[in-house]
Amino acid sequence: MIAALAMVALIGCIAWAGAAGGLAFLFSVVLPYAAVIIFVVGVIRRMVYWAKSPVPFRIPTTGGQEASLDFIKQEKWDCPCTKGQTVVRMILEVLTFRSLFRNTHAEVLLNDPVNKGPRVVYYSSKWLWVFALLFHYCFLVVFIRHFRFFMDPVPACITLIETLDGLMQVGVPRFYVSGGLLLVALLFLLTRRLVNERVRYISLLNDYFPLLLLICIVATGLCMRYFDKADIASIKVFIMGLAHLSPVSTEGLPALFVVHLTFVSVLLLYFPFSKLMHMPGIFFSPTRNVPNDTRRVRHVNPWNPPKQFFTYAEYEDEYREFMADAGLPLEKQPEKGMADDGLSLEK
Amino acid sequence: MAKLPTPHELMASRKDFPAGSWLDVKPEFAPGSFCYPAKVETMERLHMPHPHEWDPAAEDWNLPANWEKILCDAFEERLEKHRSLKLFMDICVRCGACADKCHFFLGTNDPKNMPVLRAELLRSLYRRDYTMLGKLLGASVGARGWDKNVVKELFYYAYQCTECRRCSLFCPYGIDTAEITAIVRELLHEVGLGTHWIMDPVKNCSFTGNHLGIQPHSFVEIVEMLADDCETITGIRPKTPFNEKGHEILFITPSGDVFADPGIYTFMGYLLLFHELDLDYTFSTYASEGGNFGSFVSFNMAKKLNAKMYAEAERLGAKWILGGECGHMWRVINQYMGTYNGPAPSCMMDVPTSPITGTRFENAASTKMVHITEFTADLIRHNKIKLDPSRNDHIITTFHDSCNPARAMGLLEEPRYILKAVCNNFVEMPENTIREQTFCCGSGSGLNTEEIMELRMRAGMPRGNALRYVQQKYDVNHMACVCAIDRATLTPLANYWAPGVTVSGLHELVGNALVMKGEQKRTMDLRQEDLPNVDPDEPEDDAEQGEE
Repeated sequence: MIAALAMVALIGCIAWAGAAGGLAFLFSVVLPYAAVIIFVVGVIRRMVYWAKSPVPFRIPTTGGQEASLDFIKQEKWDCPCTKGQTVVRMILEVLTFRSLFRNTHAEVLLNDPVNKGPRVVYYSSKWLWVFALLFHYCFLVVFIRHFRFFMDPVPACITLIETLDGLMQVGVPRFYVSGGLLLVALLFLLTRRLVNERVRYISLLNDYFPLLLLICIVATGLCMRYFDKADIASIKVFIMGLAHLSPVSTEGLPALFVVHLTFVSVLLLYFPFSKLMHMPGIFFSPTRNVPNDTRRVRHVNPWNPPKQFFTYAEYEDEYREFMADAGLPLEKQPEKGMADDGLSLEK
Repeated sequence: MAKLPTPHELMASRKDFPAGSWLDVKPEFAPGSFCYPAKVETMERLHMPHPHEWDPAAEDWNLPANWEKILCDAFEERLEKHRSLKLFMDICVRCGACADKCHFFLGTNDPKNMPVLRAELLRSLYRRDYTMLGKLLGASVGARGWDKNVVKELFYYAYQCTECRRCSLFCPYGIDTAEITAIVRELLHEVGLGTHWIMDPVKNCSFTGNHLGIQPHSFVEIVEMLADDCETITGIRPKTPFNEKGHEILFITPSGDVFADPGIYTFMGYLLLFHELDLDYTFSTYASEGGNFGSFVSFNMAKKLNAKMYAEAERLGAKWILGGECGHMWRVINQYMGTYNGPAPSCMMDVPTSPITGTRFENAASTKMVHITEFTADLIRHNKIKLDPSRNDHIITTFHDSCNPARAMGLLEEPRYILKAVCNNFVEMPENTIREQTFCCGSGSGLNTEEIMELRMRAGMPRGNALRYVQQKYDVNHMACVCAIDRATLTPLANYWAPGVTVSGLHELVGNALVMKGEQKRTMDLRQEDLPNVDPDEPEDDAEQGEE
């Protein structure tokens, strides 16, 4: 946690110092280009790396009743048996975090009155789901809203999202709900990491760093919009320049913007090498993205090794006498007299 | 076996999390926390790599000289073979949703039993060699290199996971710890580390046809004895066809059902049911194992043990295979068999079809293997068997979903449909402990061994507690299940957590309730215990009259 905080602070300071010390070009032109390239190449490379390994077995985790007898109702979305049903399962997983929605919290009571002894009690626990969903959707909205800086004229759909997002009509400039909630969600996720003993124990630098980075991105963004009141028009001119591969002068860019942009660039740089790859990864997940149909349709393993096993013939050779005595049908009758020398069993 | 602490002591003795980083904590191999190692001769006979003498409690595990290279290469190979592994190594965000979903974690409070951390044990090694950040920043981003303590840690925790996949249900990315555990176990086998309780059955299954090493003549003898018992109880001696060619159905069930109490009563249930239906079927002494301890070793070992099923079906000319009640057996059959050893032999029919009802089991069209509860539920639906559930009136039963049928197959309603038809008193355990959220018995995936009994009781705590709850609240005195390992392991678990609850397979209850043509008046159940409420001296009862 401390290390991550230090790293993020350092990045912020360097960017700030850079902007003040005449290195704005480096931080707001070179770095973003490099970051985008590394992000795209890195993400694709990792996906190719995954895809290079085959899927030898179909191992869906079934979360409900299979399709079997006609009088038993299949739970199509949790135990899909066709491609279409699997697509629905994946959509629910990706868009609504269905698995996380199941989350429970288990508590071990030592003296439960019903059990007259220890008992585990399970409580519904949806907070992680709520805030995870909130974070991702708010991030999406904020991300989409940012396209107004990349497009001229601004498409109607983005204006519409802005209108909806600012529906509360408070403040000048108008307060966007998504930005505020995004920060709230991130702070919840961070607090949870720090407060929950179990999650704290498993948390690594790689967990705190992206969270803090995101918090800084959001904080600098909110700051620019509501407190610093940065000159949006000139920033848009600058970003349009970047987007059209003809960067304009970085002169006059607010330092806070340079810091914001640097944080975003670092996020992009970090993304392909980190757990943030869960975004493309979920689509590859072998316990979710295949139907539970392996008894219905044969799944082929490209590296399936040749069959090697103790064959029936070998088995009968080993036990023929005993099998004959037990009256079992045989492929080959025992030779006369073999019984006497006692068939060797230590083959 | 050491004396177990009381349930309260057991739970109160769960330790707090260690103060330092998990990377610095080393596992302690205290007696009872690990399974005994496999015997050298067993490993040699199975041609496993680097068989050697070693003791988990010893400092030196006598690993082969180049153990690090072997493990690195083996890991690389697994990454190239399994997309799942690469993905699961890369995309975990450590949200912790899986943490309290694991029965081992709930029972031990050992942080490395949180599925996320169990996976991190391997992920930390992956980071060093396969991620940019790990290469650059090392330990600060949770990357580490191989060392002998890491190997020990992997062993310790790979055998404190029953591959039940409960965590994968809750994981937002579907990360499947069973896959990771299975691969870690494969890696450990590359340097000769395996457990006796798994490898011995694998050896037996490889060379005698079943895990218990029952040779063909003994197998026949035992089944004949069970048939005799059936006769004592019902007056009818069910037929016992073995290794016979030309029957429509090959029936395969875990050998535990032939050998171990209370599985044998389930087996008697099968015998009675098949006899009553006059089913055209045969057992095989060669393919006499439904279970697959190979699946607790490696994918290839699972394939090897599974191969006998199709081979035998082909030799006997069976049209389809009916499979008995078993958990991991059905994981292998449902998700792996077709891939491992398919396509099914050409002698088998296009779609397995019940000869009694004509129902086509379309969901098994490729593997040609049908679950006994699918088969029996269909019989009941079509009124093809006569049942007298009142014979099970002395029990109030609940139902334990086995991990694998629940989460690797989706077999949830079929057993309940049967249970409700054969028992008048059925109570579900709390909803977070059943169906797809079911808790493992705590002893699956080859951990059902005596030397770790206390650990098993801990891991079985969530299941035991749920059972205790319905026992106290609804007077439940029985738990039905569809898994041979469950039948063996839930019995001590129930004795510990909910004494007074008996455990049985589903088809034992079917056998009890089954009204057979020409049977004598039933005065005892399949365990030859007197049925309460039945007066043996009273003349012919309703059940008999119902036959006309």
